[in-house]
Amino acid sequence: MPAEQMPNHEELFVSGHRACHGCGMALAVRHVLKATGKNVIVVTPTGCLETFTSPYGYSPWRVPWIHHLFENAPSIASGVAAALKAQKRDSVRVLVIGGDGGTFDIGFGALSGMLERGDDVLYICVDNGAYMNTGGQRSGATPMYAATTTDPAGSVSPGKLQRKKDLPAIVAAHGVPYVATASVAYLKDLRKKVGRAMEYHGPRYIQIDTPCPTVWGFPSDRTLEVGRMGVQSGLIPLFEMEDGTITTVRKIKKKIPVEAYLKAQKRFSHLLPVDLWHEEVQQIQDIADRNIEKYGL
Amino acid sequence: MVDLQVLEGSEAVAFAVKACRPHVISAYPISPQTHIVERLAKMVADGELDSQYVRVESEFSAASVISGASAAGSRAYTASSSQGLLLMTEVLYASAGMRLPFVMTGVNRAISVPISIQVDHQDTISLRDSGVIQFYVESSQEAYDTHVAAFKIAEDPGILLPVMVCMDGWILTHSYEPVSVMEQVEADRFLPPFRPINFLDVDDPKSWGSYAEENVLMEFKYAIHAAMNYGKKRIKEIFSELAELTGRNHGGLIEAYRTEGAEVILMAMGSVVGTVKEAVDALRSEGKKIGLVKIRCYRPFPYEDIWNAIHGAKVVGVIEANFSMGSEGALGMDLKAKLCGRRNAPLVLDFIAGLGGREVNEGTIREIVQRGMEAHKRGIPLEEPYWAGLDPTMLTQGG
Repeated sequence: MPAEQMPNHEELFVSGHRACHGCGMALAVRHVLKATGKNVIVVTPTGCLETFTSPYGYSPWRVPWIHHLFENAPSIASGVAAALKAQKRDSVRVLVIGGDGGTFDIGFGALSGMLERGDDVLYICVDNGAYMNTGGQRSGATPMYAATTTDPAGSVSPGKLQRKKDLPAIVAAHGVPYVATASVAYLKDLRKKVGRAMEYHGPRYIQIDTPCPTVWGFPSDRTLEVGRMGVQSGLIPLFEMEDGTITTVRKIKKKIPVEAYLKAQKRFSHLLPVDLWHEEVQQIQDIADRNIEKYGL
Repeated sequence: MVDLQVLEGSEAVAFAVKACRPHVISAYPISPQTHIVERLAKMVADGELDSQYVRVESEFSAASVISGASAAGSRAYTASSSQGLLLMTEVLYASAGMRLPFVMTGVNRAISVPISIQVDHQDTISLRDSGVIQFYVESSQEAYDTHVAAFKIAEDPGILLPVMVCMDGWILTHSYEPVSVMEQVEADRFLPPFRPINFLDVDDPKSWGSYAEENVLMEFKYAIHAAMNYGKKRIKEIFSELAELTGRNHGGLIEAYRTEGAEVILMAMGSVVGTVKEAVDALRSEGKKIGLVKIRCYRPFPYEDIWNAIHGAKVVGVIEANFSMGSEGALGMDLKAKLCGRRNAPLVLDFIAGLGGREVNEGTIREIVQRGMEAHKRGIPLEEPYWAGLDPTMLTQGG
C-alpha cells in the first residue's frame, strides 16, 4: 500500500512543543514521521526545530532523536548509519530533519560529504528561507528580493540581491538515487514522497517549503494558503528525481502571478506598489516562468 | 607469551585500536597522524578488522561521525593532529557534554601560523577545557597500552567521556621501537564489547542534545567535572588491571621518577620525558638531587598525586611545549594554581621548550636545572617563563 494511503494514527511528533502559531515546519515534521513510521533515528541540526522541540525535560519526539551541533547533522547521521550497519540493526533507518541554514549554508560541506559517500540517510530540509531561530537573517535559501534582518530593504536596496541556491540540483549532481521537493501545503504529496524515499537506500534528499508566519509576515492561519500560492506561482516547483531523471512533476492547475504571492507576505511588501521596484518584481516573475517552462509545471 | 615486534609508533597504535574492535572508524588525513589511519584502513581492506570505516571530507566530520556512532551505541575511534584537532574543537566540547565515550589519538603537531608539521603540544593543550580526558605518552609501548586502557576508561559507566591519547608526531608516530602487543583473547578479556545503557534506540526512544538554560546548564557542566574527579581513581585501577595482564606498568596518573629526596624536580609530558630521564640519571650520578614527575594524565589534572611526589622539593621546573599567549605555559599555570597557598610549596618555574620541534637535549635540560637552582638561590620566581633555546638575533624589538 502506498505510504500516503496508510492509516497511521500513531503520532510520532506530538503536541506541546513550542513552535510559533502556524509553524509550517512543525506540521511538515509531523507528517514526515507519519510516512516513515517509528523505526527511524532522527538527527536535527541547531535551529528552530531543535529549539522548539527540546527544552530540557520535554520532548515531542516519539522516535530517538539527537541534536549535536549546527553544521554536522549529516556527519552525525553518517555515524549513526555506520553504527547501525556494524550492529546489524538493518530495520532502523536514519533521517536528518533540519532547516535551510543548517542545510544550504553551514552544514553544506558535511552534506556534500555524506552524499558523495553514499551513506544510507534520508536528508529532509524543512526550508523556510532564512535563519528564523535568530530573528530572520538571510540564508542561501532566501528567495531573491525578500527582505531579511541582515538584507533589509531600503531606499537603495530591494532586499536580498541573489537568487536562492538551487540545492536540489546540487544534491542531484552527486548522483544520489532520490531527490524531491515538496510543500507543507500539499501534505498527501509530501507523505507520498517521504514514503517513496524510504524505499531507496543510499543518500536521499527532500526539500520541503515550510512557510513561517512569524518572519515571512502573514497571519498564522494562512500558512497552507501562502504555501499553496508559492507552488501555484511557479516559484516552488514540486517534483521527484529518481536516479537523476525527473519522474514526476506536480502540475499547476491554476497559475497565479507572483505578485499575488508577494502581496501576501511582509517580507516582500517593500516591492509593492511596483513603481519603485517594478523591474525586480518582473525578475521574480521571470524566475517563476522559467520554472514553469523548465519543469513543465 | 609476549609477542614482541619492532613496530612504527603509528602501527603500534593501529594494532591497539584493532585489538579493541571498534565498530566505527572515521578519519581525515593530516600529517603526522596519517600512518595510523592508513594502517587501520588496510586492516579493514584485508578483512583483519571488522569495522565500518567512514572516510570523511573534514576532521570536523570525522569527529562528528564517531560521535553519531557512539550515540548509536558503537565503539568508535578517530585520530588527528594540529589544525585538524582545532577544527574538531566544537565537536569535542559537544560530545563530552553528551557523554559520548569514543577514543581518539591526538598526534601532536604545532599550530599555524607559521605552518609547520613539527611537533609541539599546542594543539591538544588547546582542547584541555573541552571535557575530553587527555593522556600523554612517552613511548610507542606506552601509546599501545594507553589506547587499550583508553576505551575501558571512556566507557566506564561512572566516567562516560571521550578520551584522547596524545602522542608526539614523528618522534613517536614515525620511529620504530620494540612493542609488545596483546593476544586478542587477552584484549577481549580486558575490554568486553561496548554495551551502553543509553543509546539511540527505537524501542526506547529518547531525545539527546536538548536545549538547557540557567535552571540546569551548570549541573550538566559540573557533572563532567565530577566524572573526571571520579575518573582519577578509576583510571588508576584500570591502568593497574592492564598492568597485571601485560606485566607492563607505566604508572598511574603520573610517574614519579627518582623523586626521593630530590631538591629539584622536573615536570614534563610526552616523548621529551625520555630525554629528561637520561638527564636526571646523569645529574644524579654527579650527586645532584634531581627527580622527574611525568604527567601521564593531564585532564583530569592529578594534583594530589603531583603534590605527593613533589612535596619536600625546593624547586619544580616545568618543561612544556605549549604556551598561552600573553601568559604562561598551561602545565605551569595548572600547577601554580593548585600549589598557591599550600604550606612549604616548592618554587615553580616554567620553561617553554620544544615549540615547533625545536630540539630539547640533555644540554637543554642541564640549562633548565641550572636556571632553576639559581632562581632558588635568589628565592624569587621567574617573572616570565624562560623560553629555552630562543634565538634573540631572530627577534625584532618589541617581539
